[in-house]
Amino acid sequence: MVDEVDQDGIERIDVRYVANLARLYLDDSEVDTFQGQMEGIVEYVKQIGELDLSEIEPTSHARPIQNILREDVVSPGLDHELVMDNAPREKDGQFAVPQIIE
Amino acid sequence: MGIEISSLTVHGALDALSGGECSSEELVRDVVAEIAKRDAEVGAYVSVDEELALEQARAADAARSAGKCGRLLGVPIAIKDVLNVEGQSCTCGSKILEGYTSPYDATAIAKLRAEGAVFLGRANMDEFAMGSTTQNSAYKVTHNPWNLDCVPGGSSGGSAAAVAAGEAIAALGTDTGGSIRQPASFCGCVGLKPSYGRISRYGLVAFASSLDQIGPITKNVRDAALLCEVMSGVDKMDSSSMDEPIPQLAVDLPADLKGVTLGLPKEYFVDGMDDDVRRGVMAAVEKCRELGAEIKEVSLPHTKYAVSTYYIIATAEASANLARFDGVRYGKRAEGATDPIDMYGKTRAEGFGAEVKRRIILGTYVLSSGYYDAYYLSAQKVRTLIRQDFEKVFEDCDALLAPVTPSPAYRIGENLDDPLQMYLGDICTVTANLAGICGLSVPCAMTESGLPVGLQILGPAFKEENILKVGHAYEQARGDMPLPEILKR
Repeated sequence: MVDEVDQDGIERIDVRYVANLARLYLDDSEVDTFQGQMEGIVEYVKQIGELDLSEIEPTSHARPIQNILREDVVSPGLDHELVMDNAPREKDGQFAVPQIIE
Repeated sequence: MGIEISSLTVHGALDALSGGECSSEELVRDVVAEIAKRDAEVGAYVSVDEELALEQARAADAARSAGKCGRLLGVPIAIKDVLNVEGQSCTCGSKILEGYTSPYDATAIAKLRAEGAVFLGRANMDEFAMGSTTQNSAYKVTHNPWNLDCVPGGSSGGSAAAVAAGEAIAALGTDTGGSIRQPASFCGCVGLKPSYGRISRYGLVAFASSLDQIGPITKNVRDAALLCEVMSGVDKMDSSSMDEPIPQLAVDLPADLKGVTLGLPKEYFVDGMDDDVRRGVMAAVEKCRELGAEIKEVSLPHTKYAVSTYYIIATAEASANLARFDGVRYGKRAEGATDPIDMYGKTRAEGFGAEVKRRIILGTYVLSSGYYDAYYLSAQKVRTLIRQDFEKVFEDCDALLAPVTPSPAYRIGENLDDPLQMYLGDICTVTANLAGICGLSVPCAMTESGLPVGLQILGPAFKEENILKVGHAYEQARGDMPLPEILKR
């Protein structure tokens, strides 16, 4: 990543690069707007860096839960036709997308 | 039919229905008439499905005549546009889901349906529940029924505005960082965020999966208790739903608070807090003391890190969850793409609004290589500290009293171009989601300019009965609150 810190100590974010990681196109005016806003937000959230977290376990989940398992048995899913009614493009009962392989 | 719809509660409607004062069909027609009268100004609904609602109402009336009963039989409820109801649209306030029809019921919806509830329509919201004002909806701006120039709060702003404006008997919202409690507070309603895992999230379009919870927005605490109780329970379709006993929440709500210890977290009474909000909340605290509660000041020392922690975790989870909107299986697909990657980029550019884009980018950034440890992993560790803060104070407090927000509802358009300022307003609500505990917002005062103020009551995880008891006893002692002027027109 090409991010760097400028002389004011502000972390520079390559907004378009990050957006592309998320498969999201931006136009130039969006990049301009988001640039300052994102850097302001990131600068603020850096405050958590002042805490000593070396001995702290992370919480990935609000409640302590283990893997929830079930029997591996076949059960009915959603109705195929109903699901395909929402498809932007359909061919032969399948989702159609632009060609991937030549 | 002689029933005042604007202040009609769920329990009041059930009494009227069982007493033969009205039918569900009449009730639905009356509520639809209120919507027709007012929603052009308020903008609470994205869509109202009158025919489908009347069909359900007639079925409820037939069931009642046949001697069947249901705990919500024939009661019309508004549903936030993020919960799947079979056969209805579910836009999530986004253009990317325009034209989508739900092929199934969310578990919470199925449970309400099984008890005979009637689904009126789709309540407006910030796109994908990202926002505190409902201005981020791609469809319309919702106005606060108390002052149409002000925001109703968000993201469940449509749900709260519908209840406040007499356009629904009750409503469902969702709360990821305050999205039930804050609009309930801004609109003078009761809003309950249940404990994480209390209500199945199956069929709720995910924003941040470790924080999201479904909950009711109602006209009183008893109604919120009933709706929560009906929707609760473990679900095999949501492995994070918890197999905890469901207490009978709507009954056995005492009138006093003898023997109850309530904590006052000093960090929630922040500098720069609105004077009317502080006065209103402190008056409510005094009322609870008069009711017999012991009040003690407590400290939640990591509160100042909550907004940072929340916006790192919530956006990280959102960036992953919203990857599913790619134009392949449902919703919008951009035209003219040359290959699938191009199709994703264009579809998402056209389909998402600015706030959603901002959060996807921020979430992708904090998860990206080289930044993961500094932001995401650190935030998860601070989340542990915030959770431990609560565990500690709940060792000797039954519940906590606090404001819901530092200020009452503000003007439409204010701070729209300053997302960080907007995020800082979530300081009093995001903590409950990070810790997985339950929270309730109950109206407690009016500001000098005539806007409602909410009292927040926080309780330990799976102790909804604690906060509902406090909320109900306080509500009874407080007495009736005024109604918005718009209802008198």
